[in-house]
Amino acid sequence: MTGDNKKIIGYQNLAKKIRRLILEIAFKTQTHHLGSSFSIVDLLTVLYFRTLKINPKKPKDIYRDRLVLSKGHSCLALYITLAKRGFFSEKELLKNYAKDGGKLGLHPDKGSLPGIEVSTGSLGHGLSVGVGLSLAAKINKLSYKTFVIIGDGECNEGSIWEAAIFASQQKLDNMVVILDYNHLQGFGRTEEVINLEPLVGKWQAFGWSVKQIDGHNFKEIIEAFEQIPFKKNKPNIIIANTIKGKGVSFLEDKLESHYKKINQGELRIALKELK
Amino acid sequence: MRNVFVKSLIKESERDKDLILLTGDLGFQTFEEFAQKYPKQFYNLGNAEANMVGVAAGLALAGKKIFVYSIASFMTMRCYEQIRNDVCQPNLNVKFIGVGGGFSYGNQGFSHNTIEDLAIMRVLPNMVVLCPADKIEAKLAIQEAFKWSGPVYLRLGKAGQKKIYSRQPKFEIGQGLLVNKGKDITLVSIGNIIEDVLEIAERLKKQDLSVRVISMPCLKPFNSKIVLKAAKETKAIFTIEEHSLIGGLGSCLAETLLETDYSNILFKRFAIPDRYCPEIGSQSYLRQINGLSIEKIIKDILKKIRRRYNRI
Repeated sequence: MTGDNKKIIGYQNLAKKIRRLILEIAFKTQTHHLGSSFSIVDLLTVLYFRTLKINPKKPKDIYRDRLVLSKGHSCLALYITLAKRGFFSEKELLKNYAKDGGKLGLHPDKGSLPGIEVSTGSLGHGLSVGVGLSLAAKINKLSYKTFVIIGDGECNEGSIWEAAIFASQQKLDNMVVILDYNHLQGFGRTEEVINLEPLVGKWQAFGWSVKQIDGHNFKEIIEAFEQIPFKKNKPNIIIANTIKGKGVSFLEDKLESHYKKINQGELRIALKELK
Repeated sequence: MRNVFVKSLIKESERDKDLILLTGDLGFQTFEEFAQKYPKQFYNLGNAEANMVGVAAGLALAGKKIFVYSIASFMTMRCYEQIRNDVCQPNLNVKFIGVGGGFSYGNQGFSHNTIEDLAIMRVLPNMVVLCPADKIEAKLAIQEAFKWSGPVYLRLGKAGQKKIYSRQPKFEIGQGLLVNKGKDITLVSIGNIIEDVLEIAERLKKQDLSVRVISMPCLKPFNSKIVLKAAKETKAIFTIEEHSLIGGLGSCLAETLLETDYSNILFKRFAIPDRYCPEIGSQSYLRQINGLSIEKIIKDILKKIRRRYNRI
């Protein structure tokens, strides 16, 4: 077994643990957005445990890579990943998530706990903020990268495309957008609500360097991140083909996985599937 | 006032390399010198205000001090949620410069005239709201904005011809300014309508009234001390503003007074009625048809005083 394969198994196990914890916490707090969280777990795992130049002990280090979760409703996945990476303890997470007097809502607020870079929740904001962070790095001649995770439904927002054309105008090759393309938005399939296709062509036309990957294939995820910048002077976008609710049969590719709150029986089945 | 802003910004940018100006494709014959002198501190974000404010937030998160510039209505309304979520909640160092507040854009039509900005900016936590009356106040307000580390909305209008201050007053954020002393009634004004307010005060003096005039270049935080002093020392307070009747200076003062021992003071708001103006015209014409002409205000003030105090 090569070193990388070993590492991939490690990431797979970690991602499984994160998904299990998402289920347990979502059940305990009776919160939703499971499907949206599940589709980015594998991406977050590689980002936080391999790609991002971060130090949980120095969450405000000016040289750190930044990650903006623009599709803020997936934040349970982010909170758990941050806890696993050591930004705060799991105990602290449980104390703060979806509780009276807690700090961690169903959409993330900057300043709540370390590692949460930007307040998001309303779609179409995070990409512009990420562009600002990337532009600041260019101005200050700092080498950090800014990663922004956006949703496919989020691409309905006009501000996404405002940010996209400005980023390419400014040649922000230090920014990486990860588009979580799970084909399901709040109230329908993306193809039926507002068809984004041809998605690759659109981003290319907006001046971006585009790479498509399977967002659940660790080898592809790792390789894509290692190839950044894909092209000099062009902002990077990874269109990650994902499955909403990935890993649990009754959530996978289901519209209801966006709003569904699971019961005890469903929790048991789901945890079994994620063994 | 716009030129005062640009001059101050040029001066400050020489000293402070973290200062960055973002414009939404506006500033023709205004920002050329700035852009030429400091190309690395100037970005035209195009006609995309929502993105502009998000980018401002990202730059500010990385330690930059941002000035964002557009026409007041575009600056405050097109990107309101970005202002709220991206800048105000994290309390970032972003200054919003809205030019052409009130009816300054005259016959450009309702899209360019801004009568709601003070209300909607005032309601945002962490936001400071400044609306200077003339070039002197504008300069002071901008100086204070440089020193302030959180978000500020600065509404700029055209400065009038009339000299408001014989010497430069002292000003800091959260302060109102006493323009004229008086002991019978008080006129409280915000923004460039001060010119008319001073004319009203002059004419009321001829009616044997001693008129105090207060200018409030800072709407938020609101200086309740100066208006409560006026409520204590004079018999009536009238607010005059080129802004909607709802949510601006008059509302702010009413809210303040009603919770004090002066809640029964004679009080009236002169502001733009709650409607979209059906006509176009110059700034003075628009004031006139919206109940803000000098004559109408004087008449209403005298009527109010007569009714309450049975005098004049």
